[in-house]
Amino acid sequence: MRRSLVAIAGLAVLVFAVGGASAQRPSSSSARELAPIDLTGYWVSYVTENWRYRMVTPAKGEYRRIPASPAALPIINAWDPVADQKAGNQCKSYGAAAIMSVPGRLHITWQDADTLRIDTDAGTQTRLLRFTARASSSQSRPSWQGESSARWERVAAPDRGGSLRVVTTNMLSGYLRKNGVPYSERATVTEHFDVSLLPDGGALLLVTSIVEDPVYLNAPYIVSPHFKKEPDGSKWDPTPCSSTW
Amino acid sequence: MLIDVVVKRFVFALAVALLSAYVAFTQSDEAVYPSQFEFVGSWAPLGTEDVQNDSVPVDYLGLALTEEGRTRALSYDESQKSMVERQCQGWGAAYMVLGPFGLRVSSQTDPNTKRLVSYTIDAWEDWMEMTIWMDDRARPSANALHTQAGFTTGRWEGGALAARTTHMKVGFIRKTGVPLSDEATIDWRFFRHADLLTVLMVARDPIYLVEPEIISKSFRLSKVPLDFRDPCVPGYEGREPGDDVPHFAADQNPFLDEFMKLYNLPREAVLGYRDTLYPEYRKKIKSTYVPPPPCKADCGVAGNFVRRRTN
Repeated sequence: MRRSLVAIAGLAVLVFAVGGASAQRPSSSSARELAPIDLTGYWVSYVTENWRYRMVTPAKGEYRRIPASPAALPIINAWDPVADQKAGNQCKSYGAAAIMSVPGRLHITWQDADTLRIDTDAGTQTRLLRFTARASSSQSRPSWQGESSARWERVAAPDRGGSLRVVTTNMLSGYLRKNGVPYSERATVTEHFDVSLLPDGGALLLVTSIVEDPVYLNAPYIVSPHFKKEPDGSKWDPTPCSSTW
Repeated sequence: MLIDVVVKRFVFALAVALLSAYVAFTQSDEAVYPSQFEFVGSWAPLGTEDVQNDSVPVDYLGLALTEEGRTRALSYDESQKSMVERQCQGWGAAYMVLGPFGLRVSSQTDPNTKRLVSYTIDAWEDWMEMTIWMDDRARPSANALHTQAGFTTGRWEGGALAARTTHMKVGFIRKTGVPLSDEATIDWRFFRHADLLTVLMVARDPIYLVEPEIISKSFRLSKVPLDFRDPCVPGYEGREPGDDVPHFAADQNPFLDEFMKLYNLPREAVLGYRDTLYPEYRKKIKSTYVPPPPCKADCGVAGNFVRRRTN
């Protein structure tokens, strides 16, 4: 018994000594205070690439540029938007693996000091990017937007800047493209948010999105939609999900 | 005996709790990275983004053209590529993110100080080699020589490599003949996340673009060096000096409707009107757009959907 107590004490000392030494910030600092870049505000999609796959619904069966696996092909060819609508699955192309490519506006705010919130007017979706681990996340039911854990990637002093890395899991299966190219519930989305200041004083948000899916993809599907900063929310126009448009 | 078991279980539970506390305590919600990354190496293209569509004539999707830019694009005839003096005009600096190739990057240092002088992105087939000067040298006079690759300077900024290209010859922003003038400027940002390099291009042109053309493209660090290919070298292809420049009257381009009909796309989108780049446009065409018939062949990653037009 004495050996057990000694072991506990030793473990406790070791754990907190190592932990204290390796922690990279004061425990009182929140993610909001640590932010190396400011993502908050209104951002609008600027659709200069993948136009034909984003601004209009492509032809049924076309999955060009998506490394779909053989398992995905029957689903692609069976796509039935009317059936999706009737089944209440009209948000399948608005899930976390696709939503940043859906033309629309983002409103990014801090929900609390450690949770960044992204609202989209297209499909009226809400993403919560949590900088602290959630105890219940492993038991949550899958959802369109899944569970997102976030981490700042800061550039070492004296330079400023950095980016945001977000990993999303626990999503409902959905579509990478409006015409029914699927991703499964086992998919993982890794995103990097970078901000670039433009010479004219504007700002550009670049989101590099990497979708990995052991079921419906043969290789990672990587796209990088970009957004222009807007001065206010005067053009914010919420519209519900649609399986056909 | 019973007490001993209880104590052991208690010790185990406490150890688990302490480890959990440790993980929670040390799990940082930020990571610190150097202000510069290793740019040198071979970066393979990924091909999952459609940055310039199918190369069908009169496809200006995703561009915001001035009237002058649209007129000039509509007057373009692919046969111009058979002219010695015009063969390389489509492969300017912007082709870095528009072309299908990877990036082979090397660095050059001062032999005495060992300080970085420049990065070089090697040529690939038609694309010309690009040098990014990192030594704070001054930009040449506006009247200095304009070249296919232009003049590029760079600096590290917020963990990304920021560069600017000027002094480009008149060329294309898309290989369907959409022009980019010699007054254009391109701002680049190179972001690296692990083995992924994302290149952001912001091209401005006071003559042919109403708004910047913004393209981003990602590359994966390659474990093997990419091949070197020669840049564009003009050669004789049957046209003699003094021959006419092949072209169309802008309002009589025979391919005007080809891309539009192929995908049932709205004319103003295909012709590069600014409004078509914003979400409002999607709502505007919602009630009128009819998707093309189902894809029956070559619908996948390597397929060329364009073959449908010959069916």
